[in-house]
Amino acid sequence: MTFFLQLVVTGLALGMVYALVAIGFVIILKCSDAFNIAQGHFVLLGGYLGYTFLVPFGLPIWATLVMAVGAAIIMGLLIERLALRPLVGQPVLAVIMMTIALATVLEGLVTLIWGGEYKAYHGVLPTLALKLGEISIPSETSIGLIVSLVAVAILMLFFRYTKIGLAMRATAEDLQVVQSVGIRVTTVYAVSWVIACVVGVIGGILLGGVSGVMTPLAEVGLKAFAVVLLGGVNSIGGAIVAGIILGVLENIAAGYLDPLLPAGGGLAHVFPFIVIIIVLIFRPYGLFGLVRIERI
Amino acid sequence: MGLRSGTFQESYAQDMAIFHTRLDWGILFAFFIFLFTCPLFFSDRILTIMTMIGIAIISVHGLNILTGYCGQISIGHAGFMAVGAYTSAILTAKLGWPFWAALPSAALAAGMAGLIFGLPSLKIKGFYLIMATIAAHFIIVWFIFQLYGLTGGADGLAVPRPEIAGIVFKSKRSYFYLVMATACLATFTAQNIVRTRAGRAFVAIRDNDLAAEVMGINLWSYKLQAFFIGCVYAGVAGSLLVHYYAFASADLFPFWDSVWYLGMLIVGGMGSTAGAIFGAVSLKLLDELVTIVGPMLAAIFPAVAAQAAASLGLIARGLVIILFLIFEPRGLAHRWEMIKAYFRLWPFSHQE
Repeated sequence: MTFFLQLVVTGLALGMVYALVAIGFVIILKCSDAFNIAQGHFVLLGGYLGYTFLVPFGLPIWATLVMAVGAAIIMGLLIERLALRPLVGQPVLAVIMMTIALATVLEGLVTLIWGGEYKAYHGVLPTLALKLGEISIPSETSIGLIVSLVAVAILMLFFRYTKIGLAMRATAEDLQVVQSVGIRVTTVYAVSWVIACVVGVIGGILLGGVSGVMTPLAEVGLKAFAVVLLGGVNSIGGAIVAGIILGVLENIAAGYLDPLLPAGGGLAHVFPFIVIIIVLIFRPYGLFGLVRIERI
Repeated sequence: MGLRSGTFQESYAQDMAIFHTRLDWGILFAFFIFLFTCPLFFSDRILTIMTMIGIAIISVHGLNILTGYCGQISIGHAGFMAVGAYTSAILTAKLGWPFWAALPSAALAAGMAGLIFGLPSLKIKGFYLIMATIAAHFIIVWFIFQLYGLTGGADGLAVPRPEIAGIVFKSKRSYFYLVMATACLATFTAQNIVRTRAGRAFVAIRDNDLAAEVMGINLWSYKLQAFFIGCVYAGVAGSLLVHYYAFASADLFPFWDSVWYLGMLIVGGMGSTAGAIFGAVSLKLLDELVTIVGPMLAAIFPAVAAQAAASLGLIARGLVIILFLIFEPRGLAHRWEMIKAYFRLWPFSHQE
């Protein structure tokens, strides 16, 4: 039983990480109907930025956050203006290939600047390690949970009550209608990329503080797509629920099934992808997503 | 798109022909003579590069039929190559099959894998299909590691060099001939598949699948056919790749290769057989350029020497794809047609 609960708790931590990445992804999708494969690389960049400002520059944590968010805003604006805006109206493959290419360039830049080495800055963030009986709750879980919940709450309010948030939702629904009622679509796109970059970078700083940064961190981005699909691609709340479900399931499956498999298992690595296939076959719009009806 | 002045087509057969004039045929034969005399005047290093380009061309032809013509985007192509590669490797190394029997079996096995992972394509498209094919790649690679007894898992599997009718393709030169002959055959079949009824159905599905269904095209059948054909090409390419290295390993088929095959298609131009060739050649040559330029840059900027080579390749490929998406979304094939059109009417080349 303790083994099971420990698996669940570790899975929760993993699920929070997935959810953080998935939220950034859903924001871009909700506003501009673009699928951003580079979201995991925003997280990676955030981790390295956090390391740079905290360790070599020796800035306090609040200054680091301000600097990193500033960098994220600039990055979001640049990416939107230079890479994505020329592709408005292009087929879905062009946009996806663009974000894949962006991911590659980001990974190349990160490797060039930081050498792709493992960097860690433990002890800078407040630790929230709790113990419930025999189960230890890692601070990864508690910090991830708090940040994800706060992010989701802010974003939900943002999308419901602010003018720009409503404009973003409308833009995702129908580009031409939005243009005809006088909403500046370019502003909407720019804001959505900036928000996604900021969410990714903040997530990266937190992750870096808890478990360190390294290039494979970006692969979390790929796995987070399973979360996005399971939760429904346009549901922020769905992303967080699916993140928890998937993280826990993945950990339990790996914990119990890996010893039974030949070659040591490694089930955790493919589990999200198996979920993707199952979800896509049986419920392509996810748990909370909108069912899209197509017309000619 | 016009013909040279003075060329008239008086029958449907003439109109459908790929090569219209004697000059076209002459250029084709000159190219074949050049291609198959390459080993006489090129070094082994250049032959290796050309062999790799040939294998990439075979693979991209498959992806072109699947993605460029049928519109079913796949980022799992390297995974399907791995299926073909391991089928061929196991059949020849463990069961002692001859290469000429193992190669078609590899193609068939990869095609079957394509059918299985193509099943979700009946309900989903666009981004969802991309996710399904990405998942396919990782699941295939995971299976390769799990079937330890059969595939050697992480240790890999030694594969004999192919042998057909007593000729062992051991030297770089002989393997060059094998790959180039297969690549020419693949180009020939790819160009002709898209001119059949099935090829036209693929284009209809790509342009608007609902409209295609209304017009009586069986989506279920044709989408799966596209997956099967595309993955058959991948299987052949994968088989040729492991027999070249004489070693099968999952590391030969990294996830990013799946992405680069799609990148080749974008750089070359989707939905064009020539585009598949242009793309494979240009991105492979870009790789070679990076391996030459990387150490030179490292010598100039010693501060970033260690990482420069690895990161430069990533940045260069990413930038090339970004630039093509923005400035020439229809790829090199389209640019090539425009150049040809310009010279066809030169010096009075005033056309839209």
